[in-house]
Amino acid sequence: MAHQIYQAIADGILVGGVYALMAVGLTLIFGVLDIINIAQGVLVILGAYLSYELSARLHLDLFLGLVLTVPAMFVIGVAIQWAFIRRLRGRERTSMTLLVSYAVALIIEGILYEIYGPNVKQLSASYVQSSVHLLGFYLSDIYLYGFALAIAVIVAIYALLYRTRFGRSVRATMQDETAARLIGIDVNRVAAITFGVGVAVTAAGGMMFGATNSFNPNSGYDLISRLLAIIILGGLGSIGGALAASVFMLTVESLVTIWSPEWAIVVFYAALVVVLVIRPTGFFGRQPVRAQ
Amino acid sequence: MSGQRAASGAALIILVVAAAGFPVIFSSPVVTNYAVYALIFVAVVSAWNVFSGFSGYISLGHAVFFGSGAYTVGIAAKDWHITGTGVFALLPLAAVVGALIAVPFGLIALRVRRHTFIVITIAVFFIFQLMAYNLNSFTGGTIGMSAPFLPWSPTTFNDRFYYIAVACAAGAVVMSVLVRRSRFGLQLRAIRDDEDRARGLGVRTMRVKMTAFMLSAAVAGLVGGVWFLYLTQVLPNSGYDPLFDLSLVLMAFLGGLGTISGPVIGALIIEPGQLYLTIKYTNGYLSEILLGALFLLIVLFVPRGLVPTTGEWIRRARTRGRPVVPPASQRAAVPQPGNGAPTTEART
Repeated sequence: MAHQIYQAIADGILVGGVYALMAVGLTLIFGVLDIINIAQGVLVILGAYLSYELSARLHLDLFLGLVLTVPAMFVIGVAIQWAFIRRLRGRERTSMTLLVSYAVALIIEGILYEIYGPNVKQLSASYVQSSVHLLGFYLSDIYLYGFALAIAVIVAIYALLYRTRFGRSVRATMQDETAARLIGIDVNRVAAITFGVGVAVTAAGGMMFGATNSFNPNSGYDLISRLLAIIILGGLGSIGGALAASVFMLTVESLVTIWSPEWAIVVFYAALVVVLVIRPTGFFGRQPVRAQ
Repeated sequence: MSGQRAASGAALIILVVAAAGFPVIFSSPVVTNYAVYALIFVAVVSAWNVFSGFSGYISLGHAVFFGSGAYTVGIAAKDWHITGTGVFALLPLAAVVGALIAVPFGLIALRVRRHTFIVITIAVFFIFQLMAYNLNSFTGGTIGMSAPFLPWSPTTFNDRFYYIAVACAAGAVVMSVLVRRSRFGLQLRAIRDDEDRARGLGVRTMRVKMTAFMLSAAVAGLVGGVWFLYLTQVLPNSGYDPLFDLSLVLMAFLGGLGTISGPVIGALIIEPGQLYLTIKYTNGYLSEILLGALFLLIVLFVPRGLVPTTGEWIRRARTRGRPVVPPASQRAAVPQPGNGAPTTEART
């Protein structure tokens, strides 16, 4: 029993890494643009389909394929922001951006259905099925690679935010958009690039999700609600928080699965509610979510 | 002013006659089926609007009340062996259950604002959907619940439900008019405009928000019960449907959030359109793309909704570019354009 629990914790941490890959983009976009991008779930699935095309048709390695899919998703992200999100202003912006990104999600999902149909797909590679035996645990290779990738991506985003001039203007925009504009930062450009980066990261998240789960165009909905729970729990806009919350939530879910798989996901959402009752800003929320 | 009142009275009479006569003229069950669904949505969107439209807290969890109302009627009818038209006596129970669920839900969700509120409503929604799946003995799991058989002939079935749905829709609209005109409605809109200032001015914000939430939930629960009896079954993913919540928001936004007629018009346009598209393109994907495109067009071109935008056009056409508000020197002499509802925007 004890060993089962340790194994569940190890699994939870590794799967948490995969979810962190999907959640960092969402929380980054929230932090800078102050919007919740509902389309992120479907964009993850789009990323998974892009990886599927590359690996099934061109026999490209999954991780190598990211060299192509990440820039592609970056362009898609910038295009979505430029075409739809940029125009929204005013009091109802919160709900408007929600609706717009939901509409984008519906359209992408519909197009994916037209192309691929409702049958589930999964990415395959030699390391998807294999696993290593380490300290008495069976850890699957793909999750180990994915966790390493998640850490690498998060380090890269931190470096981008804290070690570059662009990152400085992003952080200034996060703190106070008006003041950033006043000191000469091109806020629109910052918003577009950040949205692009947030979406580009989902290419990696989508590849990992596609390799560890079977997916169809409809998988985005379940995913987005989990990702929202994760970024709220981590503290909106906090990238480290997204990683911590992913690991926490997925470990909880993995532990509950030992006793009752069908209630695990309820516990997932209940954990969110309980944490927010105790601490309304989430784990690492700097800006209080209560503030209007 | 009296001429305006007479005109609106006449419009109301025409509306009542049209609503009553509709199934007589369009007797085809296909048409009345559209009408029943449209009216059910008129009722639910109006109820949603009483909370979300007036207070500015966008709820994506109203399917919780709607689905719970449906399940309440189903479970109570099954456990208490109620058959025939007696099941309609269970509708008030559905409303009560909706309001009761709103209490703990509100105590958690109404502590936070904006994005976090929206996400919590989504989380609670999923908890309820999963409970409906998992509590097999109670909710029937994936098989769901079936409604007791109603001893109505198939030819009059839709017509009877049409009148029930009209009553629900009218009730919900009257409720939103009463709320909007009341002091309570004013407090809600003060919360929407600036919650902290409203609290500073002595509005008991939590109590006001909670009351609106419960009121809205009660109507959603009751209408959920009607919907269940009409459809005769409820499944976890049809009662607790994420698309349902988003449809509500879309309808309210299309018509005009926080107005009385906006949600009604939005529901009357979108629900039949959505039904038509799903029936015509059975694969559903194309209708999804079209729905998404419609969303985008609305948000980008009529972001404030049809009713406020149309009102603006009419006013602009009437005044022909002259300023709507007379200069301050004349304003004292001119009576305020009274539409009955004081607006919180008029804060000077």
